[in-house]
Amino acid sequence: MTRAILLVLLSHWRMHRLQLVTLLTGIALATGLWSAVQAINAEARASYARASDQLALGQFDEIRDPAGSISLSRYVDLRRAGWQVAAVLDGSIRIEGQTVRVMGIDMVSAPALPAVTQTEQSATPPEPADILTAPGRLLVSPDLAPVFEGLDGYPPVIVSTALPPSFVLTDIGVAESLLDRSGQISRLIVLPEQPLDIPSLGDVAPGLIRTSPASQLDTAQLTDSFHLNLSAFGLLSFAVGLFIVHGTVGLAFSHRRGMIRTLRALGVAMPHLVRIILFELVTLALVGGVLGLVLGFFIAGALLPDVAATLRGLYGAPVDGQLSLRPAWALAGLLMAIGGTLAASVHALWRLSEMPLLAGPGVQAWRGSATSWRITAVTGVTMIAGGGICFAMFGGLLAGFVMLAGLLTGAALLLPLVLSLLLAALSRRANGPVAQWVWADMWSQLPGLSLAMMALLLALAANIGVGTMVSSFRLTFTGWLDQRLVSELYITAGDDAQGQLISEWLAPKTDAILPIRSVELPHETGPLFLYGVVDDPTYSEHWPLIARSPEAWARVHNDRAVLINEQLARRANLWPGDVLTLPPDHTLPIVGVYSDYGNPTGQAIVAMPVLDSIVPKVPTRRFGIRVDPSVATDLAQTLRDRFGLPTSAVVQQSAMKAQSLAIFDKTFVVTSALNVLTLGVAGFAILTSLLTLWTQRLPQVAPIWALGQTRAQLARLELVRSVLLAGLTAVLALPLGLLLAWVLLAVINVQAFGWRLPMHLFPADWLRLFLLTMLAAAVAAALPALRLLRLPPADLLKVFANER
Amino acid sequence: MLLTLDHVRKSYPGGRPVLNDVSLSLDAGQTLALTGESGSGKSTLLHVAAALDGFDGGEVTLKGSPLSPLDDAGRAELRRNSLSLVFQQFNLIPSLTVAQNLALHARLADRYDPDWVAHLADRLGLTELVDRYPEHLSGGQQQRVAIGRAMASKPALLLADEPTGNLDETASAVVLDLMLGLVAETGAALLLVTHSMDIAARLDRRAHLSGGKIT
Repeated sequence: MTRAILLVLLSHWRMHRLQLVTLLTGIALATGLWSAVQAINAEARASYARASDQLALGQFDEIRDPAGSISLSRYVDLRRAGWQVAAVLDGSIRIEGQTVRVMGIDMVSAPALPAVTQTEQSATPPEPADILTAPGRLLVSPDLAPVFEGLDGYPPVIVSTALPPSFVLTDIGVAESLLDRSGQISRLIVLPEQPLDIPSLGDVAPGLIRTSPASQLDTAQLTDSFHLNLSAFGLLSFAVGLFIVHGTVGLAFSHRRGMIRTLRALGVAMPHLVRIILFELVTLALVGGVLGLVLGFFIAGALLPDVAATLRGLYGAPVDGQLSLRPAWALAGLLMAIGGTLAASVHALWRLSEMPLLAGPGVQAWRGSATSWRITAVTGVTMIAGGGICFAMFGGLLAGFVMLAGLLTGAALLLPLVLSLLLAALSRRANGPVAQWVWADMWSQLPGLSLAMMALLLALAANIGVGTMVSSFRLTFTGWLDQRLVSELYITAGDDAQGQLISEWLAPKTDAILPIRSVELPHETGPLFLYGVVDDPTYSEHWPLIARSPEAWARVHNDRAVLINEQLARRANLWPGDVLTLPPDHTLPIVGVYSDYGNPTGQAIVAMPVLDSIVPKVPTRRFGIRVDPSVATDLAQTLRDRFGLPTSAVVQQSAMKAQSLAIFDKTFVVTSALNVLTLGVAGFAILTSLLTLWTQRLPQVAPIWALGQTRAQLARLELVRSVLLAGLTAVLALPLGLLLAWVLLAVINVQAFGWRLPMHLFPADWLRLFLLTMLAAAVAAALPALRLLRLPPADLLKVFANER
Repeated sequence: MLLTLDHVRKSYPGGRPVLNDVSLSLDAGQTLALTGESGSGKSTLLHVAAALDGFDGGEVTLKGSPLSPLDDAGRAELRRNSLSLVFQQFNLIPSLTVAQNLALHARLADRYDPDWVAHLADRLGLTELVDRYPEHLSGGQQQRVAIGRAMASKPALLLADEPTGNLDETASAVVLDLMLGLVAETGAALLLVTHSMDIAARLDRRAHLSGGKIT
């Protein structure tokens, strides 16, 4: 019996192939966009984990000096006292325009790193002496092999697949020379096997701090917010796709009411039918889900290189640009497809199961009514209020997203009632019979189209909201760059000595030389970079402060005061008037907070003498140079020639800004792509709604045709109807989109990244989006309109002959 | 007795009585025409007898089994295995071919006999139409498919609700001849609801329903 019932149910799709295609497309789009985002996130996280495993980090305790580098003598003291520790020197170099991370480790005492083990077990292992003695060897990740090929001045290279991308592992002696940091140690790795009777760390090396793996801020934590943002957008796309599923399943079930009634009359119990329909839905969800996974894999593959570049640029996170197929990802995608399909179908299935056995098979039962719109609208208002209350009670990024979800879903649920009120008002103002019919007809079509309009509202609001956020960010970022990057030239010397020479040579030729010196310090909020600045009006005139005490800059230079960036201020809730505590026991009054976009970590600025007193001997290799802009280009070339500096070591302000903006734009490539895809899905939802409603159109248009309207006129009115409805929805999406932008800028960004941005409005973008929406609606309505135009009069006459 | 209605009462929501102490019975192989004005409760009585609808009082017994204790699944099983229905609106599955529609009830009841279904198609003049879908058939042809579907499971009881109500005179005569012929051939009992006295006259017995009572 089950087989017979299943065949009857499946026969529906043979008769309604368009519905089947629409349903599978809806499931595939929803699953595809969501899975693409998840694939990107999974790949990035796998890269972080792989990097951590490959470097054997994250499993050992570490010893650090809060003041910066650990001196060689302290390392020796610890070793002599019996501590089994391995010295590590971290840094980065620029090779062929690419930033390469270098990790030097004391290969004699280091634990067995996977890359070293792999090299030792290779067919042609290098002699241990070759690795430990000059010139040494560089173990490099495969992507760097072509970069080092043919380059002089570097030790021989051994390619290892057990290293993260853009990474060089070498002996610490080689790293000292590569990084020009002789005698410096970034941290010590505490090996697992330690003698029982070693003296305490405090006795041997007072001031050094031991940290457990759990307290070390890793890349995955740093990038959590970025991935959460991507997931939120993926979820929005998933929801928009489910609108298509919901609409199609609702219509399909309504078409099947007669079939269901007959099956029940022939002796099939409703619970049995429901179980088989559930099985059918799960099967369809699996088919759509597999299609979605294929789609998602390709979308993710296309987007991953940009995301990887963004993560490398923003966080220095090691992410491969290659996508790999993960069973867990595929399984999660299929479960999302099944869960989403069932969630989108549960209402229609419930209505079907509640249908009385002797009820008529009318399609109208599927459609909404004024009463159901009011109930939906009340639900919408409740969801908006619920989201707001959730954020007010709990706060935080997750609650922020809950508020956002409540706002968007609630607004979508309010849409049918608002549109019906608008149409009723416009209908009352209509003059002439055709205009009155058009408005009345739109009103009567609203129930069938409301789901597509909801999807369109969400997609448009997301477009406006995210677009406004990104554009506001870009505008603010550009202005901020103009303020921050005021030096005409930026120079990076090869070492401290060369830095000193360059500085002396430049002194009489420039308006000001602004050394850029910084050191990484531990802080309760994560790593904190402390910068020193000289007393120069460039800073006080240009540095963008968002909160300040009176005479802030004067106090920085005269009172050992400090300026902190917005991220640190918001994370630690420190503002002017508070104090910043730096290890080991420095307390500095905070006199200002500055915006610092694109930087995930905390930062603070003190006067140069204060930096030297807190951390002596911070390298002086980078400078900002104030000079007459007209001579900057010539001076840059002279510097390169005179000091043998590579092109990348002397950068002009314009190039620096262009580079920063390029990184910024790359950051939002994914967002823009998801924006466009979501809008495309919404356009598809309109098309499918119009096509599925087509079967019910003839009884509505045939009487008007009989009264003297031509098929061409009716076809044009089909287009007008679609465009008008989309237009009204677009108008309603504008305030929702702006509200969304405000939430993103004032709530989500602050929670996720630690900075708040001013909101700017971009009416030209809205107009462009509005026109695009009109075009999409017209294109979606073109096919049904064309069908109507070409419809044989005999088919219209059947309406009156009652033969349908 | 194959079917017995014993003092059956039923009211619509709101309290208006539609069946008021109705009793009748039908033996195996008998044919009974139920006539009455529009709204007299003919279809309701048929729905009650077919276990499609419940009743407020009295009892309906089919093959000796009372219907009132049955739940939804029990009623469904009864409809599947013990009786067949023919509706005025045909109620074919539009997405199944004529052949598939003919076999549907027999397959659901797990009593599918291809030879018998082929014989039915032949008797009903549907052999040339078995690959067509219902939308490509005339009303008379669709009702012949509905009769074939009902008889394919070789039911002991056939319940027909105005089976010719949607057909013209010629088609009505053909459909009625075929249905009565098949009932006679299989020995099934027939309860037929009609408002036509001419059709009623062709059946073994007649009962008239008026004001919710058999008169």
